[in-house]
Amino acid sequence: MDKIAVSAQSPDLDGPMDQRFGRAAGFLIIDPETMESEYMDNGSSQVLAQGAGIQAAEMVAKSGAKAVISGFVGPKAFRILQAAGIRIVHGLKDMTPRQAVELFKNGQLEYADAPARPEDGI
Amino acid sequence: MKIAVASGKGGTGKTTVASSLFSVWPELSAAIDLDVEEPNLHIFLGPDPRRLKTVWLEVPELDEERCTYCGLCSQLCQFKAISIFDGVGLTFPEMCHACGGCFQICPAGALKVVQREIGSIHGNQRFLMGRLRVGEAMSPPLIRAVRREAERIFDPSMDLIIDAPPGVSCPAAAAVRDTDFILLVAEPTPFGCHDLKLAHQAFEPFGIPMGVAINRSGIGDDEIYNYCSGKGLEIMAEIPFDRAVAEAYSFGRIVARFSEKMGSIFRILADSIRRKVLQHQAK
Repeated sequence: MDKIAVSAQSPDLDGPMDQRFGRAAGFLIIDPETMESEYMDNGSSQVLAQGAGIQAAEMVAKSGAKAVISGFVGPKAFRILQAAGIRIVHGLKDMTPRQAVELFKNGQLEYADAPARPEDGI
Repeated sequence: MKIAVASGKGGTGKTTVASSLFSVWPELSAAIDLDVEEPNLHIFLGPDPRRLKTVWLEVPELDEERCTYCGLCSQLCQFKAISIFDGVGLTFPEMCHACGGCFQICPAGALKVVQREIGSIHGNQRFLMGRLRVGEAMSPPLIRAVRREAERIFDPSMDLIIDAPPGVSCPAAAAVRDTDFILLVAEPTPFGCHDLKLAHQAFEPFGIPMGVAINRSGIGDDEIYNYCSGKGLEIMAEIPFDRAVAEAYSFGRIVARFSEKMGSIFRILADSIRRKVLQHQAK
């Protein structure tokens, strides 16, 4: 199974997810079969005045992940992830990266066909 | 001479002061509203300005046939307007600041120039203003375009009174640079003083003479007076906090024409500014 990138507030699989995508603290790149994970810090995107989503999406695409799980993926990041052939699940909150991946593996999460809108909040 | 009326904090009375200065200015002058996100000086000056031109920015569009995905343009771009990686190439025109660097650096000629509308210029014989397109985030290029238009259409002997946008970042800097005098409008409150300091610090590197007009004088505290005297910033006018001023403003009337007292405050201010500019130019 392909690797999954989950926006996370810390390198801990059982820590909190980060609802934000572009300005997430980092990403856990998770192998859903072994649940082995690697943490990529996203601090360099967080400090950008603009274009955080673009930079974070490029980083995730380069990690080799083929799916993204997050809370709020905006329009620019969505375009890049789509162009890179990465499927997107968003709208998740109040869970850990491990729980999110378990739901994903059980087929309980749906792929998004549109970016999050501002009114969806964070 | 070019006089910029600016402030760190919004709502301190820039338009009140700019419209009044323009109305009492003793030489032939034109007024320019560079607060392009919310221009309102025309309401005071009338008649309604005509739309003169649309302002565009030159932004890149990717020709996927020609692109070699080398990524040079995307590495060069400081604003993430181009994303190139692993055979994926996307442009984000709304992020582009139109520096033109990507067109220069592309070895494959794969970037085509396209135009993004950022706003429009409106005016009449003695007035110009910019109006930013709703949804557009980038005002400095429009501010610069309005200033170029002013250079083009107004006789060089005319003085310019510039109503600058509030704040201390790029839009305000684009409006006040290359002027002969910056008049900072501030309120004598802790908040007003805080933002006056920011504006003073932000504009000082331009080396343009500055002075302060205190609006709503009579409220607040002494902090702003202490700051100005400590920094050698001259307080060139004090506009009293007066219900009549607010009433005149709310009816779109020029405050300097409201009463003899107000008129004299602005005539004295105009004279002091002109004297300071001439003194500075003589040096």
